[in-house]
Amino acid sequence: MADWLGPNEWQAVFLSLKVAIWATIWTLPLGIFTAFALARWNFPGKQLLNGLVHLPLILPPVVTGYLLLMTFGTRGAVGAMLEEIGIVFAFRWTGAALAAGIMAFPLMVRAIRLSIEAVDPKLEQAAATLGASKIWVFLTVTLPLILPGVLAGTILAFAKAMGEFGATITFASNIPGQTQTLPSAIYAFLQVPGGESSALKLVIVSVVIAMTALLASEVIAQRMAKRVSGT
Amino acid sequence: MTLSVSIKHQLDGFELDVAFDAPAGLTALFGHSGSGKTSVINGVAGLLKPDAGKISVDDDVLFDSGAGRWVPPHKRRIGYIFQEARLFPHLNVLKNLVFGQRFAGKAEPKADFDRVVGMLGLEGMLTRRVHHLSGGEKQRVAIGRALLARPRLILADEPLAALDDARKDEILPYFERLRDEMAVPILYVSHSLAEVARLATTVVVLDKGHVSHQGDTAALFSDPSFRPAGVRWVGALLEAKVRKHHTDGLTELSAGQEALFLPRVSADEGSLLRVRISAQDVILSKDRPTGLSALNILPGVVENLQAGDGPGAIASVRTSAGLVLARITRRSVQALGISVGTPCYVVVKTVSIARDDIGGTLR
Repeated sequence: MADWLGPNEWQAVFLSLKVAIWATIWTLPLGIFTAFALARWNFPGKQLLNGLVHLPLILPPVVTGYLLLMTFGTRGAVGAMLEEIGIVFAFRWTGAALAAGIMAFPLMVRAIRLSIEAVDPKLEQAAATLGASKIWVFLTVTLPLILPGVLAGTILAFAKAMGEFGATITFASNIPGQTQTLPSAIYAFLQVPGGESSALKLVIVSVVIAMTALLASEVIAQRMAKRVSGT
Repeated sequence: MTLSVSIKHQLDGFELDVAFDAPAGLTALFGHSGSGKTSVINGVAGLLKPDAGKISVDDDVLFDSGAGRWVPPHKRRIGYIFQEARLFPHLNVLKNLVFGQRFAGKAEPKADFDRVVGMLGLEGMLTRRVHHLSGGEKQRVAIGRALLARPRLILADEPLAALDDARKDEILPYFERLRDEMAVPILYVSHSLAEVARLATTVVVLDKGHVSHQGDTAALFSDPSFRPAGVRWVGALLEAKVRKHHTDGLTELSAGQEALFLPRVSADEGSLLRVRISAQDVILSKDRPTGLSALNILPGVVENLQAGDGPGAIASVRTSAGLVLARITRRSVQALGISVGTPCYVVVKTVSIARDDIGGTLR
């Protein structure tokens, strides 16, 4: 089974999983916070934040990648500062994780925001009258009730991160073993004569991973929804 | 403990401007929907910040606009019982009950828990999911949850309004026990005259954001000018004790030195009840009537006479059972020569004491 894919192809699969997992991990707490802020708070610049969050969804991915390069590249405003303390994103796998996370962020925020808006604030009020501070209300009432939405958002973000191509290849390039994820490997194989069979295998792997993630999320979400609604 | 409220707040269409004290016992905040009752109770809970005023429990100030003090709801130590129970759907009955306990830091949580669960009869449903509970069961769990947060003040916002009559009868006795057994004040919002008559020790009547009446419940119901639902609903409250259940289906109550007969009441002999005597069901007679089918005839003295706009008048008659109101015509007042100080007899038809208005105790 392990021979079915060559070492380069395995490398692309594992790198993609690593990039997608890290992209999901760093966006999750930020996504919950942003979704909560957009759903529940009124503050100046709320529409601006909402627009910024959704920008990667509507911009061409190449543009997002280019903007990332300008900001987080070694000569970019933020990138230069980070380089001094030893953090480099451009042309590294970490850059791929950053790009994939930013592309997945709007999808995650939308899913979580919807589930927060579905939580009855009256339940949170009841918790407050029982002595729970704001943070406790969130941890013991809001968070358990939005878990199905958080899970849906997480799976969606993971799948998007696995498949991210345009912004990743622009910002992190397509270096085998370093930044060559599944989609960029497929793209690379299709550029060379005789690479079709390798590309096809990677396509199959992509489909299997995506389907597995989707089915797993369906099963977990159903169980959670049952628990949350108390039926 | 006494809750003192004095607040002003701009609401849609009118200004809320109320001041009242709620001593230990049950204070009913009574009024039509839209009179500002819920805004007042939410102000006490800290769910609404009034524009101005002061709210305190004894010396502890919860809100004072002058001093810039506002205690957030989770630090007020209140037990709030909502109309729609508001149980947490992701937790079972047990976890709902103990939700507030972890924040209250009770010295003996176990003893407290057993007492509340026993009082509300929740033993058999602790592991159940709240989704499967009936409306009455949900409300009992909500009461227990509020009590276990070790409140120094209990708030109830129309806790029976969402229940049908059978469920109301199931929950009402628990509020009577709370009133009689808890040392903390209970602020109870209601628009039901029957609930107020049965439960309240003190009544505060709200009308378009202002307090129109306030005071002791029996005294208020004996006030002929208290007509929350029109003159048809004027009627006095009497405290009575169940003396005997007779074999012919009547229950004999004693009130003062008088005996009252009414259709069988499901209360144990010796228990205390409140009965309401509607003013329009009372006939006055200057002499002791004979040859009448009515069983309840109480001697008394006219204490007050109030003429209305129409042909009617309300006479307040002091009897040994308490003050009874009678709605009679002005023509009768003249014909009988009734004035303040006139001795007379109050005649109440047995069947005219409406069952719905009669209080009951725990069965």
